[in-house]
Parts: sequence; structure tokens; C-alpha cells
Amino acid sequence: MSIPAIQVSNLHKYFGEHEVLKGIDFRVDQSQVVCVIGPSGSGKSTLLRCVNRLEEPTSGKILVEGIDITDPETDLDAVRSRIGMVFQQFNLFPHMNVLGNLCAAQRRVKRRSKDEAVEIARRNLAKVGLADRENVYPAHLSGGQQQRVAIARALSMDPDMMLFDEPTSALDPELVGDVLAIMKNLASEGMTMMVVTHEMGFAREVGDRLVFMDDGVIVEEGDPRAVLSDPQHQRTQAFLSKVL
Amino acid sequence: MSLKRATKRRLRDGVAYAVLLAVVAIVVVTADRDAISKNFLDGDTWKGLWPDIVLIAAKNTVKYTVIAFAGGIALALVLALMRLSPLRLYRWLATVYIEFFRGLPALVVIIFMALGVPLAFGWTAPGGTIGAGLIALIMVSGAYMAETLRAGIQAVPKGQREAAQSLGMNGFWTMVTVTLPQAVRIVIPPLTNELILLVKDTSLLTFVGMQYDQVELTSFGQQGLVNYSNASPLLAIALVYLVISIPASQLVAFLERRQQRAAR
Repeated sequence: MSIPAIQVSNLHKYFGEHEVLKGIDFRVDQSQVVCVIGPSGSGKSTLLRCVNRLEEPTSGKILVEGIDITDPETDLDAVRSRIGMVFQQFNLFPHMNVLGNLCAAQRRVKRRSKDEAVEIARRNLAKVGLADRENVYPAHLSGGQQQRVAIARALSMDPDMMLFDEPTSALDPELVGDVLAIMKNLASEGMTMMVVTHEMGFAREVGDRLVFMDDGVIVEEGDPRAVLSDPQHQRTQAFLSKVL
Repeated sequence: MSLKRATKRRLRDGVAYAVLLAVVAIVVVTADRDAISKNFLDGDTWKGLWPDIVLIAAKNTVKYTVIAFAGGIALALVLALMRLSPLRLYRWLATVYIEFFRGLPALVVIIFMALGVPLAFGWTAPGGTIGAGLIALIMVSGAYMAETLRAGIQAVPKGQREAAQSLGMNGFWTMVTVTLPQAVRIVIPPLTNELILLVKDTSLLTFVGMQYDQVELTSFGQQGLVNYSNASPLLAIALVYLVISIPASQLVAFLERRQQRAAR
């Protein structure tokens, strides 16, 4: 059996006095799609951001493809370049056009030639259906288009796995579908994905496993259909009754 | 009976104009027009200033401004990055430097560098006293611009840095490709203001003494005042300063408007 893509053990995270993660054990296997749901403030985004150390864990261990990313000796930038991340607010670079956004890190981190970077960028833009927008600046794109560019930007680094931090929460409802369709497509290609989301339909349909978090702990996890239709824990029931 | 609102306003405006007219009339009547035209508008003196006022004095003012600004920006960038450094010692050093040079009059620093340092250590700057004076201007303007740059860097949204990091960019590439280009856009209007202040601050170099081909506008005007025993050169350099600085401040206003539009 292959090593897990992400393995988190006994993770604690404090913001000052406030304990946001209270001993998390969590795992994503290769080619698995794991969706994390829960009320706001439950710690689900913090957990995701710990996986590429945008948040510094207070204690505990995080292995990414077997590499301990909390070890100070680890080359964090190298690990991060293999983990694609998509943010709620897209975070495209506003001073670069679409192609520039997709090529910047390829050139500097992967040390790819300009031609190679552009070729890879174009392939990924085509994948998200925005091949005709490579010279446009982010400000001239809709939210949904910006998020699709952000996905293409992450994919251009040829990541082994993708982290999605509420990728559709900032979008107008009619634009959500396009982004989810691309994510579904990615999942069908075998991409390893960790998705923090409020899209229960996506979690049910695409997810291999569903994790419900509340108040800094994992309350319940399992097959998405089972958790969504027959939640065992009272807190899960309370949350789902509000969102479904 | 109360007056109509429009009538009241017309009355108030009328009084305001009357006061202004009275002041102008007093100035015109009491002014010594002979003295003014003889001392400030003397034709021969004005002719004598040409063309050196532009080819030497204005050229040097612009040259010194550009040197001080370019050097100041470079120094400011180093100081701003030090202030944002994770190392406490760097932060502390930069803070001490900035507070020190913002707390001193620029003239004191110029005199110290141009006259004090050579006297004490026998060291003369490249370019002589003018070179030393320019180093002093760089040291002072760098301290001011460092704070502006730091504020600009901190004004770039945190998500931008995170996006760059999540793509595997190290601290250097994140700063150079993502943070700094956006910070520079934010600080262009305040830095242009700093540039206009520098145009005027080059006049402080007058105090270090300079040869004729080194003079900037203020020295030029002062020497003219002595040579011609006439104040016309001062009016002349004042006009040249305005010709340089007013377009620059219009440029700032334009940049600020453009940035407000871009922010929307």
C-alpha cells in the first residue's frame, strides 16, 4: 500500500489563547477526494492551511507524501510547489495578466524555459475553458473566471495534490457550477484533493470521504452518502439540518 | 422682516469682494513701484542671467534631485526590508536610523557630512563637498521614504503573499515578483511628493559652497544677488523652481486620480 498523500496526527493549533484545532488526526490517500464540512469557526480552513504551513501548527505532526513538513530541515518551498492551493478569494496577482499569473512560479520555482511555461499554461487554461483569455488582467474577469484561472495556475505547477479552501464561497450562485464542474473533472482524472466546502451536493457526488468538523475536532467522518443521509452524531445532525 | 436666502448670500459675497478690493487698493497705492521694478524686474540683470540659469543652475538642480532621489529610494528599500525583517536586530537598527535622520534638520546633516566629517576624519567624499552634501540628502530622504515604502509593502493584501508561497516561491521571489510591484504602485503618489520636496531641499546644498559649474538654482540666485546688487535673480530662480515643481505636483494629482479609478 502506498504512503498517504496527507497524514496529520494529533495536530493542535492555538491563535493566542484560543485553541482552534484540538488534536486532529486526519488522512488523505493518493487519488482520494476528501471533503471537509462544518460550521464557520470549526477550524476546517485552519486545518487545510496547516497542510502547506500557511498556518504554523502549534504541535503535532503533518506528513505530506511521507515528508514531515513541521521539521525545520524540510525544504518547505519544494513541498509547497507539489501542493496546489485554491483560495476563497482567488488571490490572482492583479499586476499580471492571466498568462503571467500562470507562468510566474513555473519560471522561478520550476525553472522552466519561457516557451515550456507558456505551453503548459495554455494547456491548463484550455482545461478550465479560458484559452481565449490569456492576455486579460484579473480585474476584467468575473469571479468564476478568476477562480478557474487560479485553478489553472495551481495545476501549472504539476502538483501531486490540490487543496481547495471554500473555492466557491465568494462566487455568485450562477458561477458556482462552472468551478465545481472543473473540480469534478480533476477528481475523475485521479487528482488527490482536500476540499473545504459548503457544497453538500459536490461532497456527496464527488467525495470519497466526508469529514465533519466542529469546534476544533473531527466529530464524524465516513462515506459522504452515509454521513449526509444518516449522520450518527448529534452535532452533525444539528449542522446538516441547518444547511440541507 | 427676514431677507430672502438668496439676497443674504449676495450681500455676504459682496462684502467679501469689497474687503479683497480694499486690500488690493492699499497694496497698489502704498507699494513703491519704482523700487520693485528696479530691484526685481531689472532688464539688464535678467538678460545677464540667461542662459546660465537654465543650462547650469536648473540643470544642476534637476541633476542633484535625481541623484538624491535614486540614492534615497535604494537606501529606503533596504531600510524598509530591514524594518519588516523577522530578525529583531535588523528591525531595531532600521528604526533607530529612521528616527535619527527624520529627527534632524537636513541642513545639519549636510553641513556635518560636507564640513564636519572632512574636518574630523580628513575624508572627502567623491565629488568634493557637493558629493558629501548629496550623500547627506540621500541619507535623510532615504529615512523618510523608508517609512512610505514599508507602509506600501504592508498594504499589499496578505492573500497575495500566501498565493505566491503556496506556489512554492521563496521569500525573495515572493517579494520581487508579487509584493514589491504592487507596493510600488501604492506608493507612487507619496513618493512623487517626496520628489517635489527634494527639488526644494537641494537648495540647502548652497551652504556647502560650490564652483560655478556646480551651482544649483539657489546658489545661482544668491551669487546673482551679490554680482548685480539687485534682487532680480531671486525672482528669476523662484519662477524656475515653480516651472519645475508645479507640473510635478499636477503629475501627483493625476497619479492619485488614476489610482483611485484603478482601485474600483
